[in-house]
Amino acid sequence: MSESKTPLLDDLEKGQWPSFVTEIKKMAETKPMAQDLLSLLELSYKDKRGYWKHGGLVGIMGYGGGVIGRYTEKPEEFPGVREFHTMRLNQPSGWFYTTKALRTVCDIWEVKGSGLTNMHGATGDIILLGTTTDQLQPLFNAYSNEGFDLGGSGSNLRTPSCCCGMARCEYACIDTMDLCHNLTNHYQDELHRPMWPYKSKIKISGCPNDCVGAIARSDFAILGTWRDDLRIDQAAVREYVEKGLDIQEIVIDRCPTSALNWDGNELQFKSEECVRCMHCINTMSKAIRTGVDKGATILVGGKAPILQSAFLGWVIVPFMKMEKENDYQEFKDFVEKAWEWWDEEAKVRERIGETICRLGMRNFLRAVELEPIPQMIFKPRTNPYVFWWPEDLN
Amino acid sequence: MSALTEAQIDEITKKGEQKSITDIGPPFYGDMLPQIIKDNYGKWKYHEIPKSGLLVHTSETGDKLYTVRVGSPRLVSINFIREICDFADKYCDGHLRFTSRYNVELLLSDKDKVEPLIAELKEKGFVVGGTGNCVANIVHTQGWVHCHSAATDASGVVKVVMDELFEYFTSMKLPAKMKIALACCLNMCGAVHCSDIAILGIHRVAPTVDHEAVKNTCELPAVIASCPTAAIRPNPKLKSVTIKEERCMYCGNCFTVCPAIHIVNPENDGISIWVGGKVSNARSTPAFSHLAIPFIPNNPPRWPEVVDAVKKLVELWKDNAKKGERMGEWIDRIGWERFFKVAELPFTDKHIDDFTFAYTTFRATTQFKW
Repeated sequence: MSESKTPLLDDLEKGQWPSFVTEIKKMAETKPMAQDLLSLLELSYKDKRGYWKHGGLVGIMGYGGGVIGRYTEKPEEFPGVREFHTMRLNQPSGWFYTTKALRTVCDIWEVKGSGLTNMHGATGDIILLGTTTDQLQPLFNAYSNEGFDLGGSGSNLRTPSCCCGMARCEYACIDTMDLCHNLTNHYQDELHRPMWPYKSKIKISGCPNDCVGAIARSDFAILGTWRDDLRIDQAAVREYVEKGLDIQEIVIDRCPTSALNWDGNELQFKSEECVRCMHCINTMSKAIRTGVDKGATILVGGKAPILQSAFLGWVIVPFMKMEKENDYQEFKDFVEKAWEWWDEEAKVRERIGETICRLGMRNFLRAVELEPIPQMIFKPRTNPYVFWWPEDLN
Repeated sequence: MSALTEAQIDEITKKGEQKSITDIGPPFYGDMLPQIIKDNYGKWKYHEIPKSGLLVHTSETGDKLYTVRVGSPRLVSINFIREICDFADKYCDGHLRFTSRYNVELLLSDKDKVEPLIAELKEKGFVVGGTGNCVANIVHTQGWVHCHSAATDASGVVKVVMDELFEYFTSMKLPAKMKIALACCLNMCGAVHCSDIAILGIHRVAPTVDHEAVKNTCELPAVIASCPTAAIRPNPKLKSVTIKEERCMYCGNCFTVCPAIHIVNPENDGISIWVGGKVSNARSTPAFSHLAIPFIPNNPPRWPEVVDAVKKLVELWKDNAKKGERMGEWIDRIGWERFFKVAELPFTDKHIDDFTFAYTTFRATTQFKW
């Protein structure tokens, strides 16, 4: 047996966690592209640096994004990854698949690409890792014939994504998968043809547990919530206690607003104190359920640090009904007003949260035609540098 | 099931070319759902986690859905996907899903098939777990596998950390969930900034400018405007730009705008560790992660110093947190000054913020612990 050419990476096939090196090697058996990826990565491990050039311009006819050009800095030594482009395929809502659909994705990718994927990327897309320029259009043709379309990239609406919602979760207050599918289809032009100052993301979670991290990862976070009382099944509460749950320590004392009390027999609930944090529901899902008057809180401005620091999304609409019957028109009206203002006002590479900070929340609220309410903030201002509108003055 | 032949794929490709359609949108999720989910959509009542890797959802109709969760390295070959499909065909009527943290979920309506499925998965080397109070699968970015701005690898670091914490993925013995995330540079494609433990690749040296290339490939006003600290000035003589090194905070934004500016520096790039963030609204509000360890050099292939640091943080939290307390909730209870003491981590000037929100983190009270 010849000596391994990738001793450093071979070490990453040891251990109990599944190995990405093993995955690349599976493809390297038949694909020179995957073999060269492995060899290039070994060099990176030796030299402690990546060897990829900045993205280049590649594309699909009729689209402004969805594929990301990628070239190695060392094409002579590693000709297999001279061109190693990424294609993003828009995932079905909630990442549910039939094996038939997934096998089709695999079969096409086997013939026209490296056979390597990410399931899934950070925005939610299926990421097809590594193909050549001449295969891009044929790949798109094949996938579009089989019902798949490209995801987003560049200064556009990025592929919206959502949790599994009502498909498999009792906490879901909105139909996340339908909403995600509806918005994605409604905004195909915004998704596929970049024309904004920078990227804009929509993520949807069915409840405040926020399993897709929408509040931290999206410009527009739609989080399911409710505005009536919790539904409490007292018999089921007693059952938890009988089975050994320390209800005082684990549930009552951890309620952030002291909205719950346990008298040894009954769980008492002060509805007006509840901030819908989900803790009691998470702990006793058999006994406590969300209310029935359901909708969503819309938070705007979430993003990673580039550039003015990381932001968490801010409450802009405390409660909005998410009505399938109305085609989610209220949300669409809102987001379109927000986008229009941002598109007009933002500097290049400025996310909407940064534009709001730079120009002031008051200007943003006027643009989206919303009245300020205390639910939007933690605390009112402490500095006296107040701006007045002309109509405020005599 | 046999794969499509090359001839069949040629035909599909031709058909697609002839149709020449755009903007069809994603496949309809409704076509992807198993019957039990179609029957119980929006009717789920509660769920239980009888053991690690197994969720049981009960519907108002009385139906029960069994979910077996399988760990994945995210970077997977089509062979992996096909193998998972084989399981789904054999046990789940051809249905499965992926989670937001890359796990595969096999969905069963027949209770009797659950244990045979888990047994066969384990026999074939798949890992089952990732539920409840566990170390969840690590969200991560591309790293040296596929990115131009990476300050460290992603998949490799994730692999070695998960190897070390493996027992916590396949069990539920932690005080609460432990969500770790890794981003290979400050762009944070994975948005790791709200994680219990964030592993973040960082650059530490101002970029170098290839003046000849800048002249030909970059728009100077865009490059200058891209710098948040105004460290980039025009250099009219060279028709290029000059970087004022003492102002640079190594964010790499200029490099993103202009490929002729190079930020990669193997001797000085490496990893920082951040703790105490979360995205969930449960109990405490969502929170950012805070700096715990400013720098650990890249040490491939197994980054032992990073693994050791993460392992120590997880063990410390496990031994000291109350039941149900996330990393950040535990630290908030004891205070950051106490955290640095018990974690035996040196506190340095790197830990004190000097950017947008800096002053909100300075202690404006006489109250503190020793």
